[in-house]
Amino acid sequence: MSKMYYRELYCGSPVRFWMGLTLLGAIIAVGLGAAYYMEHQGHWVTGMSNQIVWGLPHVFAIFLIVAASGALNVASIGSVFGGPLYKPLGRYSALLAIGLLVGGLIVLVLDLGRPDRLIVAMTEYNFKSIFAWNVILYSGFVAIVAVYLWTMMDRSMEKFKRPLGFAAFFWRIALTTGTGSIFGFLVAREAYDAAIMAPMFVIMSFSYGLAFFIITLIAAYIWGDREIGVYRLTKLKNLLGVFVGAVLYFVLAYNLTNLYVAQHHGIERFILLDGGIYTMMFWVGQILIGSIIPLFLIYSPAFENSRWAIAVASIAVLIGGFFQIYLIVIGGQAYPMNLFPGKEIIETGFFDGQIINYVPTFPEAALGVAGMAVSLALVAIGARVFKVFPETLED
Amino acid sequence: MSNKSDQPSVQRRQFIGGTIAAAGALTLAPGVILHAASDGDKATSGASSKHRWGMLIDANKCADGCSACVDACNSEHGLTDLGRPETDAVWIRPVKLRDKQTGHVDRLVMMCQHCEHPPCVDVCPTNASFKRIDGVVLVDRHRCIGCRYCMMACPYKARSFVHEALSEQSVAAPRGKGCVESCTLCVHRIDAGEMQTACQEACTKEGHGAIVFGDLKDPNSEISRMLKSHNSVQIRADLELNTGVRYLNL
Amino acid sequence: MRSSLISNRLLIILLAALLLPAMQAFAESRYVTKNSKAASMESCVAPTDVIRRNHMDFLQHSRDDTVRDGVRGLKYSLSECIDCHASRDAKGQGVSVTAEGEFCQACHGYVAVSPACFQCHRTTPEENGSGNSLGYRLDAHSRALDLQQPAGR
Repeated sequence: MSKMYYRELYCGSPVRFWMGLTLLGAIIAVGLGAAYYMEHQGHWVTGMSNQIVWGLPHVFAIFLIVAASGALNVASIGSVFGGPLYKPLGRYSALLAIGLLVGGLIVLVLDLGRPDRLIVAMTEYNFKSIFAWNVILYSGFVAIVAVYLWTMMDRSMEKFKRPLGFAAFFWRIALTTGTGSIFGFLVAREAYDAAIMAPMFVIMSFSYGLAFFIITLIAAYIWGDREIGVYRLTKLKNLLGVFVGAVLYFVLAYNLTNLYVAQHHGIERFILLDGGIYTMMFWVGQILIGSIIPLFLIYSPAFENSRWAIAVASIAVLIGGFFQIYLIVIGGQAYPMNLFPGKEIIETGFFDGQIINYVPTFPEAALGVAGMAVSLALVAIGARVFKVFPETLED
Repeated sequence: MSNKSDQPSVQRRQFIGGTIAAAGALTLAPGVILHAASDGDKATSGASSKHRWGMLIDANKCADGCSACVDACNSEHGLTDLGRPETDAVWIRPVKLRDKQTGHVDRLVMMCQHCEHPPCVDVCPTNASFKRIDGVVLVDRHRCIGCRYCMMACPYKARSFVHEALSEQSVAAPRGKGCVESCTLCVHRIDAGEMQTACQEACTKEGHGAIVFGDLKDPNSEISRMLKSHNSVQIRADLELNTGVRYLNL
Repeated sequence: MRSSLISNRLLIILLAALLLPAMQAFAESRYVTKNSKAASMESCVAPTDVIRRNHMDFLQHSRDDTVRDGVRGLKYSLSECIDCHASRDAKGQGVSVTAEGEFCQACHGYVAVSPACFQCHRTTPEENGSGNSLGYRLDAHSRALDLQQPAGR
């Protein structure tokens, strides 16, 4: 293999770079304005309520955070598992991971009821709370991956690369376990309270993170007028196929378990049959767009060497993943808690026993999209100032 | 009990003396002064582990169409109806149930169940959700960052999030935008030694007497005697949270 | 060089001469609002200088005692600050302590520190809010202690 040279990513035309950055900046500005509006007015101006307490911003945030740890996989495969084809992609993998995580965290923080008190979350820890652990896991992730990136970029740090690669790999597994456990540890709601949530989130992160990685990698190389070989993309594509299949397997196991338990028949009916929009999201969003279409594009011989098929498959995985998180976060809350088994509720002062309607508002969406824009802006700036992309990725 | 403004003026004059003397005293004193804060002469002794406060609600006595307890709770704690049921705070709510098999109808009120092992306390990242030593589960609004994880975790849907800026709150229940809140078991009354919650007072006044409040650790309290002689249930008993609020005839 | 040194020194002395009485006057002054209970009192619950400097620490200390441990009726109580320091309008109604020129706002506006207290705590005295004022409750407390707490209701 010939020697690899890395170079800052310059656009074919500088105008394109600055225009792109300006656009992202505008999206971020709108999102910050939306966050200010929601905080200033209070959350009543959003679609969230006392029934749907976590809304669209959480969907975006969790999606980005889950994808962030997955984006690091390529680097892990390169330096932990010794995959030579993946090694040149390690730097970008780490940069993307940091970018996605920061974007997600910004959304999460700006949707707090009292973001001004964020400092309290750093001075008061309840170690029984998975949220408190996540504060440590998330900030630790950024720190470890930043140092990991340094060891990959600085020859004098080369000797620390492997141990840091290992540390980052275990940390990211812990991080996604922690994120999945946010739901796994909730005994209250029928859709949650399942140990499978933690490993399912880990495998979801593999899938979304890699999809993010592939699509942004292709975009960056088009952007910078650089070459990227089909063979390398095919490798990534095949890996994505495995991950998408694995997610599907976990979804199957989760739903089958629920179907077996009489107590959970209600929630399964809701997701699979008569949950209206949520049923649609499951079958069309998660299963068709997020699993079947990408699997077809990935494994069909007709698209064997098609970059576009790879790009479309990655986008489909991301769309499907978004619906999957939406279904977990919002669907899990929309389905009523069963406080009185065997009884139907004929009168209530607080929406007991009712399926809750949630309509996200523009500010919520603007904040969520801004989080994504923050991620992309960080990655664009990072790739411009650091040597993360190899000059060429020809086979 | 001495009166409230008991600072003798002489002491003040001595203390101030001149600005320089005062400044000197101030630089030395803060640590000492801080501790003086806790020995106000009329301070109550605070919550005690000798008690565990709880409630017993008799579903047979909870009258159809009655909202006395809800109204009393709202006025006691300054919960205002803004005409937005999705986001308005609800600390206590009536629920009417029909058994799917037998058609038997029950009516009861739901509120924070003041669990011995409260899930909201477990999940709170900042220790804002906490259980007092006497079993009352509260939100410390000085620490709540408004993450709403406790609302996700509560199996009784007992908590509300304050969705808008408030003013003219009740002194008994300071509350504000961006924090989570729920039934306090009228902790301000308990601390003042008044052994009656607002909801119980209203229910009794209406002549229903469906709510009994009292000390679960005192074997002679009315609630303990009734719990001993009647078959009561906890809602979602399967979760083994050992709730402080129990139900009769449900 | 020399002359400028003298003028510098002169300037400092002049400034000090001007400032000292002003500072002294400020330290001696009592910022109380007209028509408040505090206006008729000699002193706050602690010497004015102490309260000025440390009121936030006092309140912060009390708040944990009260919220988390249920200790009420402490010497330093925010609701008593409000009761005492809120001024009254022509109709005898309490004016918000955070309104322009009122007790809390006047200083906090001047030093550009925004107190977070009033995001949750009320800013006017509670007149007869369903008998919730702390004084009433504490009277009830002492009554209950005398009566040896009747069981249940």
